[in-house]
Amino acid sequence: MPTLTGTDPETAARQRWMAVLAKAEDGALEAAWAGLADKPGYRFLRPPETGLVMVRGRAGGTGSAFNMGEMSATRCAVQLEGGAVGIAYVAGRSARHAELAAAFDALLQQPELRGVLEDAVIAPLETSQKSRREEERAKAARSRVEFFAMARERE
Amino acid sequence: MYVAVKGGEKAIEASHRLLDAVRRGDPSVPEISTRQISEQLGLAVDRAMAEGSLYDRELAALAIKQARGDIIEAVFLLRAYRTTLPRLGNSEPVDTGRMTIRRRISATFKDIPGGQILGPTYDYTHRLLDFRLAGEGEAGGEGSVPEERTDPPSDEPMPRVADLLGREGLMEEDEDPVADEGPPTDITREPLRFPADRDARLQALARGDEGFLLALGYSTQRGFSNTHPFAGEIRYGAVAVEIVPEELGFPVEIGEIEVTEVEMVNQFKGSASAPPQFTRGYGLVFGHQERKAMSMALVDRALRAAELDEAAASPAQDEEFVLYHSDNVEASGFVQHLKLPHYVDFQSELELLRKLRAELEDAPAEAAE
Repeated sequence: MPTLTGTDPETAARQRWMAVLAKAEDGALEAAWAGLADKPGYRFLRPPETGLVMVRGRAGGTGSAFNMGEMSATRCAVQLEGGAVGIAYVAGRSARHAELAAAFDALLQQPELRGVLEDAVIAPLETSQKSRREEERAKAARSRVEFFAMARERE
Repeated sequence: MYVAVKGGEKAIEASHRLLDAVRRGDPSVPEISTRQISEQLGLAVDRAMAEGSLYDRELAALAIKQARGDIIEAVFLLRAYRTTLPRLGNSEPVDTGRMTIRRRISATFKDIPGGQILGPTYDYTHRLLDFRLAGEGEAGGEGSVPEERTDPPSDEPMPRVADLLGREGLMEEDEDPVADEGPPTDITREPLRFPADRDARLQALARGDEGFLLALGYSTQRGFSNTHPFAGEIRYGAVAVEIVPEELGFPVEIGEIEVTEVEMVNQFKGSASAPPQFTRGYGLVFGHQERKAMSMALVDRALRAAELDEAAASPAQDEEFVLYHSDNVEASGFVQHLKLPHYVDFQSELELLRKLRAELEDAPAEAAE
């Protein structure tokens, strides 16, 4: 969603992988972590914490903002031994999901690791998320209806 | 007023154990899992999440199981749980124009850009009990979707039906969001004030009791306020939720939630300040809840009476009446507190009544003298 204009490419890249990591299944992240040849050490700057995010909508879809209700979310911040800081905010209450997402976020900020992680983790996760969405859309599209010459009935 | 009474601990304990036992039911029947509830009783989960004002399918399923399917009790459990959690932040307003559409219909235009997509709906079912679901006859509800349709689904944002009329100037426009608008009112943190702004009203309606809003919405159709509604657009699907963490300063997506959005289009004869045009009522609710979202939109429109210079003479247009009574946790609490001991209160009423009766019995005698 283009909420910020003129986002620099580095930020845009990070937004993309953070979104992919947030939407990944716990199992997929765990498998990706297990698949790392060289697992880095990290410490918690902020251990996983579950809380609430107030979800906002807009009146009429495009008007003034209002608070619609809360959702559960978990955040975490880690620091790699090399100093890089990774942050995660993910929907739901899985501490492990937030921890792994933060660890991957830190790793992905290392230019020398990014290419490998992009190919091994982010791109495959993104592809499966996209294809799941496409499948949803395709299923819905099969119930597309054309209403012909509808007789107008008074109730 | 009720007064705390002592005693009964053992009886209460025994009552809790009985409750556990009846919740479990016949132990020879397999126990239901929360996963089964969230997958197979999805609409109950949606309602518990919306009125509990807490989007979390697993928690809502647990609450429903614990409440033995009593959705208002489940809502109470979710509301109580949410008070134990810190607020991590506020989302950016969700962009429903970019929804991954599962259902989208309009009752005002048959040809809408992006098309009408029925999705999973009970609307065209025959409402005949399907005994296959009870294990009689062929297995039912396999849910394979026919493959015929091959239109490539579009990834483009779907235009809003309201925008089609907006171009002709026949539809009132949403006030443009101001760039530096303050945060919207949060009725979970500040008390309701009257007159309430639309943001506070929409928040109260989004978490309000479906039955109450349905009845109020129905009343507007039957003539208690004349808002002549059409279902301009109903859409259900998944939207991305983004927040801007303080430590990052840019928006990040934390996941997706399912919502139902309804735009009601209402006749409007015009007023001193506005020409005749269509006006709008808005509904946005967690999960797939069309009845609730439609009711919300009807009541939202009715509550805009003052803003549109309409006489507010009906219950659905009375914001104090609507907003003070839409919350089923508050309503249920106040109604059900009557079950708590009111012995002292009742005794004093009883004394008073006896005294009045005694006076009444003495009075005719005096008059006769």
